[in-house]
Amino acid sequence: MSEDLLYLTQLIVSGLAVGSLYALAALGFVLIYKATDIMNFAHGEAMMIGGFICYTLIGLGVPFGWAVIIAAALTMGLGVMTERLVLRPMLGEPQFAVVMVTIGLSIFLRSISGIVFGHDNKIFPSPFAQATITYEGLVLSYTHLWAMLVSAFMMILFFLFFKYSRSGLAMRGVANDQDTSMLMGISVKKIFALSWGLSFAIAAVAGIFLANVMVLNIGLSLVALKAFPAVVLGGLESVPGAIIGGLVIGVLETLVGGYLDQTLPGAKDLTAFVVLFLVLMIRPYGLFGKKEIERV
Amino acid sequence: MRSKTFRETYREDMKVFQTFWVKCWLLLFIIALLTLPFWADPYIVYMTNICGIAIIAALGLNILTGLTGQISLGHSAFVALGAYTSAIMAGRLDLPFWLTIPAGGLVAALFGIGLGFPCLRLKGLYLAMATMSFGVVVEYAITHWESLTMGVRGISVPAPVFLGFTLSDPSQLFFLIIVIVGLHISAAKNLARTRVGRAFVAIRDRDVAAEVIGVNLTKYKVMAFAISSFYGGVAGALYAYSTSYLHPENFTLLLSIEYIAMIIVGGLGSILGSVLGAVFLTAMPDLIKGLFEFLGRQIPYFQARYDEEWNIAAFGLLIMLFLIFEPAGLNGIWTRIKTSFKNWPFTY
Repeated sequence: MSEDLLYLTQLIVSGLAVGSLYALAALGFVLIYKATDIMNFAHGEAMMIGGFICYTLIGLGVPFGWAVIIAAALTMGLGVMTERLVLRPMLGEPQFAVVMVTIGLSIFLRSISGIVFGHDNKIFPSPFAQATITYEGLVLSYTHLWAMLVSAFMMILFFLFFKYSRSGLAMRGVANDQDTSMLMGISVKKIFALSWGLSFAIAAVAGIFLANVMVLNIGLSLVALKAFPAVVLGGLESVPGAIIGGLVIGVLETLVGGYLDQTLPGAKDLTAFVVLFLVLMIRPYGLFGKKEIERV
Repeated sequence: MRSKTFRETYREDMKVFQTFWVKCWLLLFIIALLTLPFWADPYIVYMTNICGIAIIAALGLNILTGLTGQISLGHSAFVALGAYTSAIMAGRLDLPFWLTIPAGGLVAALFGIGLGFPCLRLKGLYLAMATMSFGVVVEYAITHWESLTMGVRGISVPAPVFLGFTLSDPSQLFFLIIVIVGLHISAAKNLARTRVGRAFVAIRDRDVAAEVIGVNLTKYKVMAFAISSFYGGVAGALYAYSTSYLHPENFTLLLSIEYIAMIIVGGLGSILGSVLGAVFLTAMPDLIKGLFEFLGRQIPYFQARYDEEWNIAAFGLLIMLFLIFEPAGLNGIWTRIKTSFKNWPFTY
């Protein structure tokens, strides 16, 4: 392979690794949006809190695998609690108010985590080998590889959950039509709580691996804002769309970082938002989203 | 004894000052306010200035979000545009403040129109995300366009000069800010009761229905963006003069959320609400600090536990609490207290 092509491929591969984490974050968004019609602006905070809990557990000597599972479970509890305390009283309120509540929740959780966990950068004690895999000149670290594998695993798990499990089916039913599913004997409240819990648990896993790839601090919640462009790109209701969106954002961002960083320093962090803006201008309902038809 | 205000005509209902006493109280309040620099602590005067600036910005956001119903997470961008426009005009070109402050507003309004047109098709969540990305882009631009904005080194702003008299002290700037705040409040109050204001409310309540009864959506939505960003720009320009130093870190997403907190806590779509919310949330960091000092004296655990983060946590908590328990905000509480006094001893 020529030098330029190799560089390009390398960027795409690293982009896919980061993108798979964005996709995982986006999956959590879509999960809540599909079931409850709420866009959760506090998703990034769930990721960050998951990362912090895992970091604390590892500091206490818990092995990495268990730490991930416990962190995901605790964050899931936080999600269920959030739904019960903050979102349930907002049932039936206009969408505007619900969006604002999640924004309030997001800055509340972020600053409380700042107080509890501190503001300094934490280096995540990586459980993966520091060595890299080299294939035909392409370099991929084990952290990135694991991030990709775990994302893929989680996505398959959720695909199966939605397709075959009873709760997954109930969630799809609620997403489709709340009244009908209520008539079918599905407890909508339970499904809402379950959606929030699962979404937070996914967020925690995504957060832990993002903290491995990047650095763990309060700013991690802002990194998660990049999952917004991913979901908008994919359309808010579409799970495959969110995954594709996440991968595209990850690759684009790495490409911009690789090629434009000399001329426009810091442009990398801007890519996702520019893409978001452009997509909204061209297709206000996302690439795979469905246009809402309004009746007066 | 009059127990209730009955309004017989539409004109009466639209009056700015509903009763004679409102005018009297307002006059007293204005007199007390105008003499503030002569008897109050300089810190209070400085905080009043900051409150005034927050009031203008919150009014702007309330016109867009509260009256017209368009969620904006990019209000800090307009404040930043106004602040940097006036700072650059005053610092580089030595222009007087009566040019730079309106210019700050106009530049922000131009960007507002520029953002308003592409955002016409967006609603709700999508609009929130588009305005948020606009805010991020503007923040990036002021951080990295160093030849113009000095980037992270920050830009200093010379004190405004009025008839050869330099207004460097907060108590001197106070009068300038109070006059501008007064103008903006009365403009917003009057806007709300014109055709334009009613069109805004119609768009908020149901945009399709508004269009059917003859409200030009394009015109009024873009107008709402323009007016709102003009307010933001003026607030930014005043902020530049009052802090005399600008740094990109002052204009992050957090600032936009702070303004949202102000209008939610104050009351969406209410002018009095914007004022109350802005004053309350500007004073809140000091209240929290005071609370911590008080607790520190009682319980040793709280000593020196104060952290800036508590302010932000309080913003978030207040947004949630008000939306869940009191969606009409402080304005709603105030109206309820007023009516219960007016109707006493009857409940209604």
